Amino acid sequence: MKKILFIEDEAALQEAFSGFLTSAGYKVISALDGEIGSRLAKDEKPDLILLDLILPKMNGFEVLKKLKGEDKTKDIPVIILTNMENIDDINKAINLGAKTYLVKTEYELGEVIEKIKKIIK
Amino acid sequence: MTLKKILYQLNIVEQCKKSGVSLWQCPQFLFVLMGMVILITISLAYLIGARFIDNPELVAIIVMIITGILLVISFTITRSFERLFEVSKLKSEFINIVSHQLRSPLTNIKWTFEVLASKEFAVKPEKKEEYYINVKENIARMVELVDDLLVVSKIEEGAFTLHKKEIDLGQLIDELVSRYKVFAKASDIDLIFTPDKNIHDVMVDPSMLKILVENLIDNAIRYTKGGGKIEVKFKKQGKEILFSVKDEGVGIPEKEKIFIFQKFFRAENALKTRTRGSGLGLYVCKSIVSESKGKIWFDSQEGKGTTFYFTIPI
Repeated sequence: MKKILFIEDEAALQEAFSGFLTSAGYKVISALDGEIGSRLAKDEKPDLILLDLILPKMNGFEVLKKLKGEDKTKDIPVIILTNMENIDDINKAINLGAKTYLVKTEYELGEVIEKIKKIIK
Repeated sequence: MTLKKILYQLNIVEQCKKSGVSLWQCPQFLFVLMGMVILITISLAYLIGARFIDNPELVAIIVMIITGILLVISFTITRSFERLFEVSKLKSEFINIVSHQLRSPLTNIKWTFEVLASKEFAVKPEKKEEYYINVKENIARMVELVDDLLVVSKIEEGAFTLHKKEIDLGQLIDELVSRYKVFAKASDIDLIFTPDKNIHDVMVDPSMLKILVENLIDNAIRYTKGGGKIEVKFKKQGKEILFSVKDEGVGIPEKEKIFIFQKFFRAENALKTRTRGSGLGLYVCKSIVSESKGKIWFDSQEGKGTTFYFTIPI
């Protein structure tokens, strides 16, 4: 079973989407802030990370930079899942090594799962 | 281009209004002003030159003074371009922040309903209520943001007016504080209100006072981590009432103190503590207090807490 780390500070959203991912056949690990998220990425070695940008303690960019800077985590694909749609944010995330950048309101849950499936077959 | 359009383009006051800057910060107006000063200068130079042909020093001094005035106007024009740039930057920042702040609750609502409607993912009946509460909370978040934006828009259009009436101040603040008691208790915070028993009926705008006090109490609770005490007080001081809201929260970093009342500003430690928030609350407070001819200020130490004070004339 593929393992997904979901770093998102909105607890309700985290729970709803995690349940949805579980029913789609994934094992989900949750983190509500950037610090816990980057620690879990190292300890749990997930197959994919879903990362929000606005997070307490460490923001998404800081998490991404840390993940891509460490040998243990640098190859884990990261999908940015956020509501920030500024082109500078998109460029920054991609340049830091994010696999793709999804604006939450533009996607249905099923579509996000399709994107995940394409990345981790 | 029709005549109407040409006339509209020539209507400088209207053009300046559209740019969102005052007449004295508007390049179009300043250019016309400079043009007029140049025309007057040429005419004056001719008249003075013809009259004081024997006194070239006087002519030189007058021309120098007028050149000085032109320099000041040119400098103001340059500054006005900077101001226009700032306004445009603020506008795009505004759209960015507002759209993000509205999108977050919208995504929550959208995805929650998607989960509820999903056939593959059956939500347990006991969980359903939790999901509906979540939707309700997110709708409340959007309403709160839209309310704040409406106040901001009224302030910026100059359409913001106070509707004063006689109220029992102690009762009003007590009611506001009571609404936050449960929230404070849930965060392990003791919310204490000490009224000045000598103050009863005063002339204030209750709805504006409500926005002010609620914003300060709300911030105090949200930025106090791991329990503590919040004290809300007011007392009469000459011809005004002095309010204070003291917390034991995260405090405001020294280098960010000067920005704290700016629109959309959120301190770095506040962002790390709580990601939700539009950065409009204190801007709204400052605008309401200024409109009421009062003052607002704070004492804060990072890691120790903050006390916000404001005065309202009565």
